[in-house]
Amino acid sequence: MNREFMLDGLPVAFTEGQTILQAARAAGRYIPSLCWHPDFPPHGSCKLCIVKANGRHVSACALPAREGMEVESDTPEINGERRALLQMLFVEGNHFCPSCEKSGNCQLQAQAYELEMTSARFDYLFPVRPVDASHPDILLDFNRCIFCELCVRASRDVDGKHIFALTERGIHKHLVVNAESGRLSDTDFAADDLAAHICPVGVILHKRVGFQRPIGQRDYDHEPISQVAMEESS
Amino acid sequence: MPDIERVVHAAAARYEHDATQLLQILIAVQDELGYLSPPALTAIATTLNIPRSRVQGVAGFYSFLYTEPVGRYRILFADNITDRMLGAPLLLDELCRKLWLERGKLSEDGLVSIDTTSCTGLCDQGPALLVNGRVVTRVDHRRINRIAELVRRQVPVEDWPAEFFHIDDNICRRDALLGTPFKPGSALIAAMRLGRNDWLQEMHKSKLRGRGGAGFTTAVKWTGCRDAPGQQKVIVCNAYEGEPGTFKDRVLLNSFADHVFEGMTLASWATGAQLGLVYLRGEYRYLWPALHEVLERRRAAGLLGKAILGTPGFDFDIQFHLGAGSYVCGEETALLESLEGKRGTPRIRPPFPVVRGYLGRPTVVNNVETLAKTCLIALQGGSAFAATGTRQSTGTKLLSVSGDCAAPGIYEYPFGVSIAKVLDDCGASDTQAVQVGGASGMMMATYEFHRSIACEDVPSAGAFMVFDSSRDPFEIAHNFVDFFVHESCGFCTPCRLGTTLLKGYMDKIARGYGAKVDLADIDWVNRLLKNASHCGLGTTAPNPVVDTLVKFRPAYERRMQSLDFEPAFDLDAELETARRLTGRADPAAYLNGNNEARP
Ligand SMILES: Cc1cc2nc3c(=O)[nH]c(=O)nc-3n(C[C@H](O)[C@H](O)[C@H](O)COP(=O)(O)O)c2cc1C
Ligand code: SF4
Ligand code: SF4
Ligand code: FES
Repeated sequence: MNREFMLDGLPVAFTEGQTILQAARAAGRYIPSLCWHPDFPPHGSCKLCIVKANGRHVSACALPAREGMEVESDTPEINGERRALLQMLFVEGNHFCPSCEKSGNCQLQAQAYELEMTSARFDYLFPVRPVDASHPDILLDFNRCIFCELCVRASRDVDGKHIFALTERGIHKHLVVNAESGRLSDTDFAADDLAAHICPVGVILHKRVGFQRPIGQRDYDHEPISQVAMEESS
Repeated sequence: MPDIERVVHAAAARYEHDATQLLQILIAVQDELGYLSPPALTAIATTLNIPRSRVQGVAGFYSFLYTEPVGRYRILFADNITDRMLGAPLLLDELCRKLWLERGKLSEDGLVSIDTTSCTGLCDQGPALLVNGRVVTRVDHRRINRIAELVRRQVPVEDWPAEFFHIDDNICRRDALLGTPFKPGSALIAAMRLGRNDWLQEMHKSKLRGRGGAGFTTAVKWTGCRDAPGQQKVIVCNAYEGEPGTFKDRVLLNSFADHVFEGMTLASWATGAQLGLVYLRGEYRYLWPALHEVLERRRAAGLLGKAILGTPGFDFDIQFHLGAGSYVCGEETALLESLEGKRGTPRIRPPFPVVRGYLGRPTVVNNVETLAKTCLIALQGGSAFAATGTRQSTGTKLLSVSGDCAAPGIYEYPFGVSIAKVLDDCGASDTQAVQVGGASGMMMATYEFHRSIACEDVPSAGAFMVFDSSRDPFEIAHNFVDFFVHESCGFCTPCRLGTTLLKGYMDKIARGYGAKVDLADIDWVNRLLKNASHCGLGTTAPNPVVDTLVKFRPAYERRMQSLDFEPAFDLDAELETARRLTGRADPAAYLNGNNEARP
């Protein structure tokens, strides 16, 4: 039996167990997200998917839809909050988009365009995050990590290798690899692991293929992420 | 030099090579080796047959686990506002000077390090510090001198004067719980006579609400767990007590442990759980041996173990888990993760712990005080219990009173007591503000002192910190913001960044460089913390700043250089490196020719 909730005043059908975001995507309605991936259980860390459900802020990627729920998503209030979350992510890392190999394919950058973020607003934190170029095929540039843990989850749950993990906590939280030396080359990471292809930003980069597709011709150069995402899911 | 392999094998064997015991194993290994070196982490991973990345991830999460070399003496001064008010920062500086070292750095001979830690739950007898995990109370100049001497002479901590480690209960007002004699087993006998269902009915009648902060109705939780599918149910006693200014659970565990364990057994009787877990904060580790004895005594008396009080099928026993310095692990789902030997990251809810908790099993998580109170319900009946307190908040509440008052300590009152009455009883005068419920609670100003402690008015997990008119509300809020930055688990964007940015603004205002635009940004950051955070730590983190901005705004405005505009860039501060390199501290080395008031 199909049931319904209201998203920005329009009905969305859902099946039991579907989250608000899943049901919306299935119905062709976009809710911004970063840490959510259709092939994995919800993670709930980026909070870009926040919506108001019956007046309360919730994560659309994690909360199961319920009959008759009134969900607000594409409103100035919520989009303003999403923009501020993006600004926080931008000042947390070192994101020099013009020189980044991921530019145009990066979901963080694409969300910034989508949500019309024009400045970083907050003071940059300028963290020191050394890159790891030890692996023959892969470069890790931690400066851009947004801690979505997709690489952690993909390596653990799909590749069965546990290459990545987070350590420390709070603002000091950072990614480590599965080796006493701390170097990726001392792990069994391989370029065809799922974890090597899942980073939404420019941390996990493949060597020798940089800029093969020129900037200007990439995924989000032509279409906003809200459209690309819907085409992918249909 | 102890052999890493041997130590790791012994620790792993003690916990039956069970990877869910990773945190306990890390603590045990560190106890022997001093710190968790990279080879030690590798050895633990190999021995438990789990990925090294996971071991490193967990080891890095907890404040009391060290992955870098530390001193043979690790001294941590409690940094709650109440410790600061009692002079802790000066005492810390003094000890650093006496021992010739810089705060946060290991001394060159590797002997000692000195730093701060979050509230240790000894606000009524502070300032407090931890030395190698053991609590020293009432630190003063004399004690600092003696500690410096003991460290220099390298006297083992076990041989330090016993009075350093003496901890008082300081019970100042007794009511139903603290004032009624209790015979271990009596509540259990009463509940067993009722039968499992009728006992749960009494719990419903009592309308008991959780004392850990959220105020959820306990009987509803127990019923949910009983009715949840799954056989191996679990009762967890939340003895984390990390909320700054709260220390009532410490007193209950010290002198009323039978109530607590009996409460857990009563929960088991209602839900059918067979496993009980107590998650004890690392700071309270000194309580462990005595608690262990109580458990042994109860087992011997047939109050724990198989066929409790001779009733076939009523099996329940209790295990202990130690925390290692992480406030968020008091949040029930982070606590469950930590119990499973993981990083203390709060889970997505739903599902709630009563449905999927410890290792996926239906789990009740209750606060120490909540569990102790259930003994009263078993003995008096639910209706008698519900007749005390207020309609929506039945029974009594233990308050941990500290700060500017004559008699800090534990006060038990029926719910509904006014703030003014508590202030009167503890001998407070000239009071400017009271922080009720700890850092995450509410700051009450004089015009609110008629309000009452109750879930429906001013809710509280138990903290009651008193501030007289000599205190600066801005400094209080600043201290709490520092606490939240330190304790944020960093899982979600709004809290990880929000607490950090908030600290940046508070630091800037404290330095005298704040401007009106900063106050606008603070409002905005607070809004994100409150609306978008993943767990209660983030949603309550802005409270102290929100409250002080509304109720004590002049404390902020006094510090503003210009109320209109001030650039974030501080030219003078940028010259600090040059000053340090050239060794200059004379007035001419500063742009405004004045080096006073520099941090
Ligand atoms: C950040 C945070 C810290 C918490 N710390 C504690 C704690 O130290 N002790 C406690 O009993 N509850 C704490 N809680 C509340 C628990 O999540 C949970 O509600 C409580 O243990 C349930 O027990 P109760 O129903 O008996 O109150 C905390 C909650 C949050 C969000
Ligand atoms: S490296 Fe990429 S995939 Fe992994 S946590 Fe960071 S941003 Fe996410
Ligand atoms: S609100 Fe803070 S403590 Fe809670 S999950 Fe988010 S980062 Fe962690
Ligand atoms: S997409 Fe929902 S929290 Fe990241």
